[in-house]
Amino acid sequence: MSEGLSYANQLAISRTLTRIENDRSVAREIIGSLEERDYHVVGITGSPGAGKSTLTDRLALLSSKEKRTAIIAIDPSSPFTGGAFLGDRIRMKRSTKSEEIFVRSMASRGKVGGLSPSIYDAVEFLGRSGFDRIFVETVGAGQSETDIENLADVVLLVLAPGMGDDVQTMKAGIMEIGDIFAVNKMDLPGASQLAAKTEAILEMSGRKLPIVLTNSINGQGVEELHSLIEKALEELDSSGAIEEKRRRRTLYNNLNSVYQIIMEDFSENAKLEELMNYLLENRRLSDES
Amino acid sequence: MMRRLKVLVAKPGLDGHDRGAKVVAMALRDAGMEVIYTGLRQSADEVVKAALQEDVDVIGLSILSGAHMRICEKVLNLMKEKGIDEKPVFVGGIIPAEDALELKKMGIFEVFGPGTPLKAIVDSIKGAIDK
Repeated sequence: MSEGLSYANQLAISRTLTRIENDRSVAREIIGSLEERDYHVVGITGSPGAGKSTLTDRLALLSSKEKRTAIIAIDPSSPFTGGAFLGDRIRMKRSTKSEEIFVRSMASRGKVGGLSPSIYDAVEFLGRSGFDRIFVETVGAGQSETDIENLADVVLLVLAPGMGDDVQTMKAGIMEIGDIFAVNKMDLPGASQLAAKTEAILEMSGRKLPIVLTNSINGQGVEELHSLIEKALEELDSSGAIEEKRRRRTLYNNLNSVYQIIMEDFSENAKLEELMNYLLENRRLSDES
Repeated sequence: MMRRLKVLVAKPGLDGHDRGAKVVAMALRDAGMEVIYTGLRQSADEVVKAALQEDVDVIGLSILSGAHMRICEKVLNLMKEKGIDEKPVFVGGIIPAEDALELKKMGIFEVFGPGTPLKAIVDSIKGAIDK
């Protein structure tokens, strides 16, 4: 894209995103009124401080040379006050300056798993509004924030040296997701060892995935990472596997909505108890058979 | 449904003292608001663009450089130009009393000087939105 995003357009998108974030049924209506459209979602996850935001910033800038690009960056809400400190824009100097990129911060609002309750709707809305490439940066992931796998077409896992020994790479959860691995902060001691260990661990579980050493501060390795992401998306398109990803995204969007409807609207409803008992009873039946 | 106050805390201009902005940002967070903090040395353009893309309810500017008159004028003008001048703007920093009056005439919602209790800032922001 070349003409840049007009401010009027950005303002409309921005205000609509707020409505989507604040009201699920409004979100459904808005999305339903827009034509379906093909777009790609790139998920970026990894532990806090690994360099996700800075890498996302650089990757989005490269992507924006060819595609209409948006970023949604999620940071955690306090489980106690509901407040949040959203600091991802600080690391996204290039993307926030660019006239081509739309950047939005989102608070996780009580959702565990690394995403935010309205993320599926927000992404679908941006896709239908004309964005081709949507980067979603998760909250700093601990060991079980794996929901991004259901949302994104390609997941980039960002690792950095100095965060524990190789026992950490053997644990279940976060290391099991990711289609591409970036070992960031490659200038720090232990980076190449971490890359080697990661490769070994992946190999043991029969996965052969690209691992790139990067330095998000000076940009080293980022072009290679960008072309690996592009290649992965092209392969999904050409093999038709992208359809399965989209089906999965819709499924999880619906599951997510159902869960929220239950939590917000039906948690005190007697019918819900009936339904739960029915489900539990039937699961028992199927377990026995 | 879920309605959370979203606040942009920005530091336009060239002074490098962000302790105050960070303290305020944390206080707003602890008051249950979603605070977007954009870091040091932002241009007026960047501040307004962030407010627009994030669709915040309130903008807070921290200015200790002495350039508050010029910066606020620029921010308010850009907000008008981009169609987001309905959002209340708060200023915190070292602002002489006569300048504070001028700023409020210009359209700044409230000005907070050194020693303002954090609760006063939280209450003032909530009050601006309830109106």
